[in-house]
Amino acid sequence: MQIYDLIIIGAGPAGITASVYAARKKINFLVISLDIGGQAAWSGDIENYTGYQFITGPELAQKFQEHMLKYNTVLKEKEEVRELKKNGDLFSIKTNKAEYYSRSVIIASGKKSRELGVPGEVEFKNRGLTYCATCDGPLFSAKNVAVIGGGNSALDAALQLVKIAKQVYIINNTSALGGDAIMRQKLQEAANVTVFNGAQVISVTGDKFVSGIKIKDNSGTRDLSLQGVFVEIGLVPNSEFAGDVGKNSKNEIKINLRNETNIPGVFAAGDVTDVPEKQIIIAAGEGSKAALSASRYLAINKF
Amino acid sequence: MAKSVKIYSTPTCPWCIRAKQFLKENNVEFQNIDVSGDQQAIDELMQKSGQMGVPVLDIEGEIIVGFDRERIKIALGL
Repeated sequence: MQIYDLIIIGAGPAGITASVYAARKKINFLVISLDIGGQAAWSGDIENYTGYQFITGPELAQKFQEHMLKYNTVLKEKEEVRELKKNGDLFSIKTNKAEYYSRSVIIASGKKSRELGVPGEVEFKNRGLTYCATCDGPLFSAKNVAVIGGGNSALDAALQLVKIAKQVYIINNTSALGGDAIMRQKLQEAANVTVFNGAQVISVTGDKFVSGIKIKDNSGTRDLSLQGVFVEIGLVPNSEFAGDVGKNSKNEIKINLRNETNIPGVFAAGDVTDVPEKQIIIAAGEGSKAALSASRYLAINKF
Repeated sequence: MAKSVKIYSTPTCPWCIRAKQFLKENNVEFQNIDVSGDQQAIDELMQKSGQMGVPVLDIEGEIIVGFDRERIKIALGL
C-alpha cells in the first residue's frame, strides 16, 4: 500500500498553487482532480491577476498546468473524490476509480454550478441545457433561449446570448434583476430580451433535444417554446465527500487563518472554503498557505 | 496511414482548447470545425453525437463526446 505524505484534492488555482509549494518542499504528494484550472478555465477575460494585464481563462489555466507539471507532479486527472475518511493516523480517499492513502490532505475542490432540480434537467443536459454560456452559447445562433437566474452570472450569460440568439428570455425568481446596474442597463438596450420576474422554472421539455420550458409566476403557468436553456443560478461547494469536516450553512468548509479545518491534518483552500472573497488570485494565495501549513504539520508530527 | 480526425468545437470552450492542444502535441493532423453560428455544422454535430456539447471528435467515424483522453488515445493508436 502506497502512502503519500499529502494528497491535494482539486487542480484549480488553489490546488495547483498548493502543488507548486508542495513540490518545492519536496513533499511526497499526489494531486487528484476532475479537471485542470477549475472555474478559472471557464472564465472569459481576466484582467485582475497580477502580472497579467489581460489573459483569458483557458490561457491562465494552461499556464497553471505547465507550472504544476514542471515538477513532475503525479496527477490523477478525471477522477472524482467520493469519500474522505480518517483511519487512525491515515486518511483514505476513495475516488470513482481507486483508493489512496495519505498522512495529510488539502481540499481545494472548488465550486460547481448549482442545479435547478426540476424534471427534464438531467435528461436534457448537453441536449440544449447547459451551465456554460461561454462554451455553448455559439451553438444557439438564431434560436430562442432562456437564461435561468438573475444575478451577475445570469446577466453576463444573457449579454453574450443577445448577440447570438433570436430571442432571450430571462427567468428570475426574485421581484427584480440583481447584478450590476451597468449590465442591467446594457440588457435594457437589447431589443431581443424578455424578463420574467418572480418566475420559476417548473420543467424542461422536449423530445431528443430541448423544445421548451414551463414556468410559473403570479399570473399562472406558461410554456415558452425555445431550444436552449442556460442555468446560471450560482454555485455550490464540492464538499459532500468530506463528511466529517466542519462546514458553514452554505456547505463551505470552515478554515482558520492557517487553512486548518476541524480535523488535524486536513487543510482546505480556495472557493470550497468560507474564505470571504472568491477570486482566482485569492484561491492561489490560499493554496500556498495551505501547502505551507501542511508542510509544517508533517514536520511537527514526524510520521 | 494517418486516420481522418475532425473536431467540432467553439473557440471559447476550455475542453476544446485542451483537446486540440493534445492532438497537436501528438502530431495528429485534424480538421477543426468551428460550429459557432454554422447551422449545418451544428446539425452534423447533433446528428453524429446525439447531443449538443463540444468538443466532439470524429476519428474515422468513431464519435467521442468530450475530451476523453483515453478513448482518443485508443482510437488513434497512440
